[in-house]
Amino acid sequence: MATEKLSMAQALNRALRDSLAEDPTVHVFGEDVGPLGGVFRITDGLTAEFGEERCFDTPLAESGIVGMAVGMAMNGLRPVVEMQFDAFAYPAFEQIASHVAKIRNRTRGRVEVPLVIRVPFAGGIGGVEHHCDSSEAYYAHTPGLKVVTPATPEDAYFLLRESIASPDPVVLMEPKKLYWAKGEIDVERPAAPLGRAVVRREGADATLIAYGPTVPVALEAAEAAAAEGRDLQVVDLRSLVPFDDETVCAAVRSTGRAVVIAEASGFASVSSEIVARVTERCFHSLAAPVRRVSGFDIPYPPPKLERFHLPGVDRVLDAVDDLQWEDQ
Amino acid sequence: MAEHQALLPSEEPLRLLDESGSRVDGSGLPMPDTRRLLEVYGSLVTARRVNDQAGALVRQGRLAVYPSSHGQEACQVGAALALSDGDWLFPTYRDTAAVIARGVDPIEVLTLLQGDWHAGYDPYERKVAPQATPLATQLLHAVGVAHAARLKGEDTVVMALCGDGATSEGDFHEALNFAAVFRAPVVFFVQNNEYAISVPLARQSAAPSLAHKGVGYGVPGERVDGNDPAAVLAVLERAVADARAGGGPRLIEAHTYRIQAHTNADDDTRYRSGDEVDPWVARDPLTRLEKHLKRKRALTKARRTEITEAAEAVAAYMREGVVEGAEPEPAELFAHVFSEPTPQLAEQAAFLAEELSREGL
Repeated sequence: MATEKLSMAQALNRALRDSLAEDPTVHVFGEDVGPLGGVFRITDGLTAEFGEERCFDTPLAESGIVGMAVGMAMNGLRPVVEMQFDAFAYPAFEQIASHVAKIRNRTRGRVEVPLVIRVPFAGGIGGVEHHCDSSEAYYAHTPGLKVVTPATPEDAYFLLRESIASPDPVVLMEPKKLYWAKGEIDVERPAAPLGRAVVRREGADATLIAYGPTVPVALEAAEAAAAEGRDLQVVDLRSLVPFDDETVCAAVRSTGRAVVIAEASGFASVSSEIVARVTERCFHSLAAPVRRVSGFDIPYPPPKLERFHLPGVDRVLDAVDDLQWEDQ
Repeated sequence: MAEHQALLPSEEPLRLLDESGSRVDGSGLPMPDTRRLLEVYGSLVTARRVNDQAGALVRQGRLAVYPSSHGQEACQVGAALALSDGDWLFPTYRDTAAVIARGVDPIEVLTLLQGDWHAGYDPYERKVAPQATPLATQLLHAVGVAHAARLKGEDTVVMALCGDGATSEGDFHEALNFAAVFRAPVVFFVQNNEYAISVPLARQSAAPSLAHKGVGYGVPGERVDGNDPAAVLAVLERAVADARAGGGPRLIEAHTYRIQAHTNADDDTRYRSGDEVDPWVARDPLTRLEKHLKRKRALTKARRTEITEAAEAVAAYMREGVVEGAEPEPAELFAHVFSEPTPQLAEQAAFLAEELSREGL
């Protein structure tokens, strides 16, 4: 099969283009997603190619965007909406938590809203305030939402395609610092179903569990550890909801040690959930308590200080060193 | 200037019948014919009976709660009757009578208030959205349904209901704005019943009227006497026809009054006096239309009996159905969270099933 090298932004654009071409019910809308192509250019060229009815700008109101998407989905369409930035999605939260997530349940399965909410999230791009939140836990904590996040262009393509095809509403968390990272992609390979994690790197000594923006950090840390003689395995979750306990636990059992890496503040977070799940399920396979490397419990820091907040390779390697390799 | 003048509502709410049931000048509003008014009257009697019966079921402990539209029945009936079969109705929790007037099974409508977790009825069957509890949120869904219909080339109109309190919510404004920008065929119908639980209209809005709020979005506003069943129906039918013809959204404010407390759990003596309520009882929409029809000799004894019997049949059906409502099935709590339960939900469902079987349930 022919593979191409695309950035994650291009892969997402390709996924939207292919979905619009294949399924006339797909409609893309949000703020600046029309002729401009979105502030990150994810929707570049779609209005020109598919017309203003299929890809259009809306008034600047996030609750309105998501609320209208609910109604359009009720009436047989598949809306894909863009929240311009993570923290700009908060006005839509009532629509998301009270309707997107619950309408299937409230109607005993009679009404489904197959819509996708795309959220560029997390930091590492020197963004000013309100542009770098890791907001995944709010969504993951809300029953009825699927929450997925890619770390590679190929996964970005397939996760978006699968999200659009899903009968359930999906929040796609797009790690904006990886938008420009390129990777090989074969759009013709069969897609993995939503909800499956993947082992990105095999390793025997300890398991690094990461998702979205921290996957490259984990891979880099594993590379550095290998140079020091430690063989680290890397698991990329891809899906936060549903959570792939099977893959994660099999990985942790195979090494007996684990570190969870996430940009979000650690308190009451997805990373704390992962530690709890792994500890509950794999306790007898663990040689050491599961460690976390996460953001501090602070509002996202300014560009000049974000490097102190973000999980980096050194912090990951320090956490690995702490996994009680010898009795202490 | 002229352009925005055209969006403004009339100085006084439009009326076709005064409180004594006499015909008044409706500023060009067409009077529905007698056959139609008899239909409205029949639905009003049933709507009042539904409100009374639901209240009784609450007092008997058979319904958990019931927000009554007693006194607002002209709006309830008008909203349902102004629509065609292919149109959509987006009701709130106070619009049970409208949902029933649209033809949804009363027992199904009361499912939620009996203590179950879901809306009870299939929204696609009569094109009635689940009754919305979070204020004004459903107005945006109405816009989405209408916009999708336009994209699909269908001539559907959507009637979106809310109360005076909901006009303070952000979603009300976003819905009007989106509907106007996309020229979505939505009739926003505000039942201004003077109270949001305990808070009076004066604390809700300083606008000249709620219908004036449309002008900021380019949406024509209209005011109607919400206790005049003929005028309510005529205004709504005209708005539906305009929207269907491609005229875009309309904002209609009906001036009415919530005769009873917010729900049975509310004590309205803490915030209003009987002196305030009494004049509104005299403006009752049922007696107004009844007087008019009697004066026109349109309401025969036989017809009246027929209407009363039909309403009593609905009440009897409610009494019977609410008592025999089955207990909700605990296992179903996990069934509709997603299209297929996630592995985690399957695990939790199994846990609960095991716990119930241990308890012999």
